[in-house]
Amino acid sequence: MFDNLSYKLDRAFKTLKGTGKITEINVATTVKEIRRALIDADVNYKVAKEVTDTIKSEALGRDVLISVSPGQLLVKITQEELTKLMGGTKEDISLKGDPNVILISGLQGSGKTTFSGKLATHLKKQGRQVLLVACDIYRPAAIEQLKTLGEQIGVEVYAEPENKNALDIANRAIEYAKKNGKKNVIVDTAGRLAVDEQMMNEISDLKKHLDPAETLFVVDSMTGQDAVNTAKTFDERLDFDGVVLTKLDGDTRGGAAISIRHVVDKPIKFISTGEKMENLDIFYPDRMAQRILGMGDVVSLVERA
Amino acid sequence: EKTSENLFSKLGKAVIGKSKVDDEVLDELEEILITSDVGVDTTIKVIQRIEERVARDKYVNTAELDKILRQEIVGLLEESNEEDLSNFELPKDKKPYVIMVVGVNGVGKTTTIGKLAHQFKNAGKSVVLGAADTFRAAAVDQLILWGERVDVPVVSHGMNADPASVAFDTVKKGVDMGADVVIVDTAGRLHTKVNLMNELSKIKRVMQKFIDDAPHEILLVLDGSTGQNAFIQAKEFTKATEINALAITKLDGTAKGGVVIGISDQFKIPVKYIGVGEKMTDLQIFNRTEFVDSLFKKKL
Ligand SMILES: Nc1nc2c(ncn2[C@@H]2O[C@H](COP(=O)(O)OP(=O)(O)OP(=O)(O)O)[C@@H](O)[C@H]2O)c(=O)[nH]1
Ligand SMILES: Nc1nc2c(ncn2[C@@H]2O[C@H](COP(=O)(O)OP(=O)(O)OP(=O)(O)O)[C@@H](O)[C@H]2O)c(=O)[nH]1
Ligand SMILES: [Mg+2]
Ligand SMILES: [Mg+2]
Repeated sequence: MFDNLSYKLDRAFKTLKGTGKITEINVATTVKEIRRALIDADVNYKVAKEVTDTIKSEALGRDVLISVSPGQLLVKITQEELTKLMGGTKEDISLKGDPNVILISGLQGSGKTTFSGKLATHLKKQGRQVLLVACDIYRPAAIEQLKTLGEQIGVEVYAEPENKNALDIANRAIEYAKKNGKKNVIVDTAGRLAVDEQMMNEISDLKKHLDPAETLFVVDSMTGQDAVNTAKTFDERLDFDGVVLTKLDGDTRGGAAISIRHVVDKPIKFISTGEKMENLDIFYPDRMAQRILGMGDVVSLVERA
Repeated sequence: EKTSENLFSKLGKAVIGKSKVDDEVLDELEEILITSDVGVDTTIKVIQRIEERVARDKYVNTAELDKILRQEIVGLLEESNEEDLSNFELPKDKKPYVIMVVGVNGVGKTTTIGKLAHQFKNAGKSVVLGAADTFRAAAVDQLILWGERVDVPVVSHGMNADPASVAFDTVKKGVDMGADVVIVDTAGRLHTKVNLMNELSKIKRVMQKFIDDAPHEILLVLDGSTGQNAFIQAKEFTKATEINALAITKLDGTAKGGVVIGISDQFKIPVKYIGVGEKMTDLQIFNRTEFVDSLFKKKL
């Protein structure tokens, strides 16, 4: 993909290769190619437009080195911009409150339950006491799924299989946690669509009453153009603290990461890279930017020049 | 009605105050198609076709755009699709009709199987399900619960059993009890994982020990909110195994199902079913005309 983009950019610059500066005229076609590449990577159309406008003004007037092609330079600028956009420094989740409550939210099948297990594993490794809470009262065997994961990782799971009120279950789980010295409570919830008013009410009630230290929005990295709408609605209802990007072990380019960051301005705190409990990683904006651009080693190439 | 805006209402906004289809309108149209996840290639194809028409007819009224676009979309769907099914009928010479369901993680395979079982049962067929996802936590329980919900038997060997042997036993049970249809669930797998993709061939092979042309249908499930990766999934799964039907799920979300258009354009595999919710009744047979109508339906 990158070879392709770099090639196209170079073609757009053909007449100017190795000469002078990037100008308004020669940058126009190029910016269009970059936009197309971003859209191909599932960056939202509007966001891609805004980003490429920034890139354009960034690029104008920059000197083109003899040893790098203008196309490569443009890709480098793009990569820098994308990295900046996705947030520079790494942000941890906050652990506070007694107990410290972490609320997990997201669409159906995005990877919430799996991530809940992974986060529990992560906290447990740090020597913390964790309780998992099964608040998905809808999906068949959702409770069983969380219990299975809990057993696998040696973390207790609080569930009330007969209870059909998620808030009720969560409240009692927190009491239970207090009594049993579980300082960290991870609340897994059912998948829901942003347009499902009733279900969105349920989770915003959970947020309001549990007052979690951390509310996370779990999103499938393969999501398309609609990621912006979903993220926006969830954020409006939950004012979440961070994003978890899942299924990055595949070959998705993951452009949704930029769209979401751009639209809600919340940090991406974890990435999920597999089905196993240890497949949890920290998010690196620069790597993500390279992935979105489908880049090989152009960055180092430009750096060496 | 959960969906907020369809293609028609977006199109309406794009042409407000305009009388003729010009570059600006085409740019807007491009944005509408792209943001509906139609995909870049298909979007370009549609835009080019409309550009050609504009060039040919010199002047195209914006009032006609709606009609032209509808024609183009129907055209794309027709080029690559077989006849629409009209109901949950099964080929008479294949009994049991064996369906294997595949796809990446979390797209809605197991749920689609539950819904299909419900539909076939309603159509008077006897159904057997096979819990060959023995990997994902509580996947077997999930299918068993669906079996109870829609009242059809489920063959299972529990978690961590060999998926191929579950598939084998499911087909066997289907034959033994004279079932009309056998549906086998498989674990979600990313198409980049070679071992897991090879496992599908193995599952397929053991079914053929019983019925030599089984599975008759290999149904690839795609999540309707997936972006460009949906095209890669379709391509890679097709390479790995003989996919001959598609189901697109979660179309009750805000994504407008543009992916159906792109997928139909890029692949010759018919979209057979669409998922529009989590209940057992939330599965529809894909119907081109109805689908296009829904994209352009005027909101009341
Ligand atoms: N390959 C891969 N699979 C993942 C990852 N995270 C989750 N999965 C798989 O995705 C599927 C869905 O994950 P779940 O954790 O059940 O998703 P969920 O959001 O809880 O789903 P619902 O509760 O139904 O809304 C399962 O098959 C998981 O094993 C990941 O990072 N990579
Ligand atoms: N809104 C909506 N949700 C759906 C639809 N189909 C499935 N789901 C939900 O999506 C989630 C995942 O569905 P599953 O059937 O478990 O998906 P799967 O492909 O079997 O997942 P794995 O086996 O883990 O790979 C569940 O929460 C389902 O209820 C649909 O058409 N609309
Ligand atoms: Mg879950
Ligand atoms: Mg499943």
